[in-house]
Amino acid sequence: MEGIYFDNNATTRVDEAVVEAMLPYFTEQFGNPSSMHSFGNKVGLAIKKARMQVQELLGAEHDSEIIFTSCGTESDSTAILSALKAQPERKEIITTTVEHPAILTLCAYLEKEGYKVHYLKVDGKGRLDLDEYKKLLTDQVAVVSAMWANNETGTFFPVVEMAELANAAGAMFHTDAVQAVGKVPLNLKDTKIDMVSVSGHKLHAPKGIGVLYLKRGTRFRPLLRGGHQERGRRAGTENSTSIVGLGKAAEMALEAMTFENTEVARLRDKLEAGILVKVPRSFVTGDPSNRLPNTSNIAFEFIEGEAILLLLNKFGIAASSGSACTSGSLEPSHVMRAMGIPYTAAHGTVRFSLSRYSTEAEVDRVIAVVPEIIAQLRKLSPYWEGDGPAAEPEKAFAPTYA
Amino acid sequence: MWDYSEKVKEHFFQPRNAGVLEGANGVGDVGSISCGDALRLMLKVEPETDIILNAHFQTFGCGSAIASSSALTEMIKGKTLDEALKVSNQDIADYLDGLPPEKMHCSVMGREALQAAVANYRGEVWSDDHEEGALVCKCFAIDAVLIEDTIRANNLCSVQDVTNYTKAGGGCSSCHEGIEEILVKVMTERGETFKPGAVAQEAVAPAGMTNLQRIRKIEAVLDTVRPQLKRDGGDIELVDVEGKTIFVNMKGACAGCQMEALTLQGIQQKLMEELKEFIKIVPTKAGALSRATCQP
Repeated sequence: MEGIYFDNNATTRVDEAVVEAMLPYFTEQFGNPSSMHSFGNKVGLAIKKARMQVQELLGAEHDSEIIFTSCGTESDSTAILSALKAQPERKEIITTTVEHPAILTLCAYLEKEGYKVHYLKVDGKGRLDLDEYKKLLTDQVAVVSAMWANNETGTFFPVVEMAELANAAGAMFHTDAVQAVGKVPLNLKDTKIDMVSVSGHKLHAPKGIGVLYLKRGTRFRPLLRGGHQERGRRAGTENSTSIVGLGKAAEMALEAMTFENTEVARLRDKLEAGILVKVPRSFVTGDPSNRLPNTSNIAFEFIEGEAILLLLNKFGIAASSGSACTSGSLEPSHVMRAMGIPYTAAHGTVRFSLSRYSTEAEVDRVIAVVPEIIAQLRKLSPYWEGDGPAAEPEKAFAPTYA
Repeated sequence: MWDYSEKVKEHFFQPRNAGVLEGANGVGDVGSISCGDALRLMLKVEPETDIILNAHFQTFGCGSAIASSSALTEMIKGKTLDEALKVSNQDIADYLDGLPPEKMHCSVMGREALQAAVANYRGEVWSDDHEEGALVCKCFAIDAVLIEDTIRANNLCSVQDVTNYTKAGGGCSSCHEGIEEILVKVMTERGETFKPGAVAQEAVAPAGMTNLQRIRKIEAVLDTVRPQLKRDGGDIELVDVEGKTIFVNMKGACAGCQMEALTLQGIQQKLMEELKEFIKIVPTKAGALSRATCQP
């Protein structure tokens, strides 16, 4: 398909080599790995290989620590609910205000069930206050869940350090690492992290396959019960085709790790600098010194993100926005609000997320197009006058709530 | 991605009447920056005739907010103020060949900007009279504030009640959990406990009516409509009452009449008013059979 795809934090294209690895498992190798005959046996071996490929990408000590699930959300739910079930005497959860809805919506539900959830705040750059965190770590806390990298800004949380602290307090530590896995090197065997959520489609594997890493020795209660698959920790016939695909994708991500952190990062930096220098009243959100190599989140003040995306789309450019309108909600992105970004900028945030398939020519094209689009929309904005914002924009336009 | 009509896209990509209007004598600023939609409508009105000579807009908002603003300015130009005020938000949405339910508030904002601009021209103070909440039912575009107000005003206590009064929850059912949460909140305020299993206001015998009284009442209502039906050579007969379902037979010319559905609807409305409860009127099989044989 023609077009420039800079929305790789939303999902990625499946690599051709991954598709090729998967294809035989639809037809020739269709057997059920649980079966006793040779139809099933070969599939079982393929899953074993994939498990080891994922193990290597995560830097896990044992391949049995890898549990295949259906998606990142399932991994998140399994991890949190397991931690609560396995430690019924502990009734508290610590998480952050900027987690993915897969965690936040679950936590809101658990609050209604009687659990106490502590939400760690972030500063203007999306960073946590570890002193606040330490104070909350009591013997009441069953599990801490903090994301490895934020999906909107790419900002990292110090999860390795946070896991040490949780471990010392006797609490389990879970991290939603769907954005980090495949983009930054991981070495889980040297950490105190108990559980990690992974999503295949964020690293050029297909949709519908995920992983829950479960450190050996971590007490566990399954979410799905039924069969003995995944050692009884996740019942249900294996999605063998996608598991094979994820294994291949994991292997390729590991091979491309240096490229991701040099070349992709360079393109991202070029894109960001190119836009910022040409567009007045725009700024990067999150912590640019400590983030994913592929992500740039830019706020364009005084205009709204969905309108930007629609115009970008007209030029064949795909990106994402934190505006309320893109999701049909009444508030802009909770991540932007948590960082205290004002409404006039939060609605105009655009996330560009690259991949190892992004090219220099694509970056140049986006740098050329974005300033025009922003200028065009600002001409329509009641906060804008001529070449700049109205003097005291908030006073120049103060609408009645309607 | 939103399913925008071609008309919406066209008005977004080529907005009409965008930008500052020099010499405007009526300006309306409405919207909420927290929601991400705000609009300034500028009118140039001829004082002698009250005719809107020109209308411009500036909008901070999404594709449909910009398109709604553009459509509004096109719709009101050349109209007198009083004519323009008759433009409803539905008119704006219709002009654009419809808006997604999540985006209907964009057309509401357009209408309110118009009211505010007219008030500004006339030297009056316009105050917003509605509060918009989070969208709960996406099938019928019903928000939390409307649901909450309706529950409060009518002492509702079940999701079914809410659906009957507001339509919310009558489609795909995915918002039932959300509606239940609002019920819990409002019912707690009035000192009651929400029971998820409760059926719509258990009203087989509402307001202390016994079954017999209720059936007599139904008969009485049918008697009032009977003369009309007889005039047209038809009749209606009560067959049975089962909870909230009232079975009837349409007889004579009424059976199979093309207006049957409409007639039944009218009777159902009348019954609901008299019984003060929600009921459903269902023509029985006998009626349906005669309907099938009557129709060519």
